[in-house]
Amino acid sequence: MTRVTLYRVLVIALAVLALEVLCLTGVIDRITMQPPHRILYDLGVILISGKRNAAIAKTLTNASIALALALIVGVATAAVLHGHRAVRETLDPLFATYYAVPIFAFYPLLIVLFGLGDAPQIGIGFMLGVVAVIVNTLNGLDRVPRVLLKAARIQRLGRIETALKVELPCAAPYVLTGAKFAVAYSLIGIIGAEFIMSRGGMGYEISFAYNNFDNATMYPLIVLILAVSISINASLSWWERVLLARRGL
Amino acid sequence: MSSDRWKGVRNATVLLIGLLAAWQALYWFAGEAALRSPLETFRYTGKLVTSEAFWPHLSETMRAFAAALAIAAGVGLATGFWLGFHRFSNQVFEPMLVAIYSIPKITLYPILLLAFGLGMPAKIAFGAIHGIIPVALFTINAVRNIKPILIKTARMHRLGTFDLVRSVLFPAALPEIFTGLRVGFSLTLIGTLLGEMFAAQRGLGFLLMNAIGLHNVDLIMAVTLLLIAFAAVVSSVLLVIDRRLRRHV
Repeated sequence: MTRVTLYRVLVIALAVLALEVLCLTGVIDRITMQPPHRILYDLGVILISGKRNAAIAKTLTNASIALALALIVGVATAAVLHGHRAVRETLDPLFATYYAVPIFAFYPLLIVLFGLGDAPQIGIGFMLGVVAVIVNTLNGLDRVPRVLLKAARIQRLGRIETALKVELPCAAPYVLTGAKFAVAYSLIGIIGAEFIMSRGGMGYEISFAYNNFDNATMYPLIVLILAVSISINASLSWWERVLLARRGL
Repeated sequence: MSSDRWKGVRNATVLLIGLLAAWQALYWFAGEAALRSPLETFRYTGKLVTSEAFWPHLSETMRAFAAALAIAAGVGLATGFWLGFHRFSNQVFEPMLVAIYSIPKITLYPILLLAFGLGMPAKIAFGAIHGIIPVALFTINAVRNIKPILIKTARMHRLGTFDLVRSVLFPAALPEIFTGLRVGFSLTLIGTLLGEMFAAQRGLGFLLMNAIGLHNVDLIMAVTLLLIAFAAVVSSVLLVIDRRLRRHV
């Protein structure tokens, strides 16, 4: 273990320990927060009993669908936009403003359009994630070396073949950056929509537990969501590093 | 230069007309239950902003946003300079910041509510946690990309840490830092509004959430329009300043 890793583990351990002490000595009271060991214990109970499995599965499935849609549509849109400079410049201010706008305002509209099922929530998750994918993919496509495009022309690759075999693989690390944002955004979209209006899912369970002071359910579910998003993110970062290392970057 | 500006105006106009057309088309397609036409929305927005009841909400949101932005910028810059400077701390903390940046912060709202109670402090905290990390990450990058020769020269002139930051590091890193502040602005705004949606009884976010709950389409559309207009105007101005700063480097 390197010194950096050691310190990192130490910092996290100290933070958790501090929380534990504050909770046990009553500085943070029980209604505000349970001590960390208790949260982990409750999480174990919830996962083993399987009581919330339906909610967990619903949220994670919807988030995966939203993520997949955001990635497919986002990469395709970016690939098309990259060839149309004027359209892209026109859309730039939209992209720059997009993340300051509460997309949740469109949730009622989506409910009217798609009904009160999973679709409106997936729609919100998709809408939040897709622009991050577009922006980052465009950024990656901008950095494809000209020599590769020339090589593709020499090999007489068509437009689509060039995109699939040269440009997108070359932009892959940047697409991955977009994917990391999209993971977080799709979860934000799904869970936020579940907070606002839904009939199930982790967001629904969390807000239900919050309203009933049921910390034994609320904190473990929050920790579970955080753990899922951090581990997906860490694995994507790792993959990104592998891709970059292969190019000697 | 002037052709650039002319192009910007033309792009913005085309974008606006395009968005309005899409909006009108969606209205024809989805109908009265889902949304209002642009014209009706403008009319209702006019009525809303001239009504007495609207201004306390606006001022509440603006105060919360200003406080959150001040905290995000202050803490973000301080963290960024510290980690940008101190290589070892950076190795320990930067991955943690990136991990925290990627978590869906919306899940943390019940915790903030329990910790701060329903009202102003919870909103400010919610806005600030969205903004601090992007500002910090951009600042770290900015400080680390400063040419070492500038720092050596400053050392030679025996500048203290404060003077070094103020008269050498800050000006040199300004363009990149400004980009961080621009991103921080967007995220703090959305954070504050989300905080208001879930954790407040005043403010535009609360107004929006209330309208969603009552399915008051007029109000949803009007508040969304105002928020989009505000975010678009400010982020366009910031984008222009950002580009200008970068040109001087």
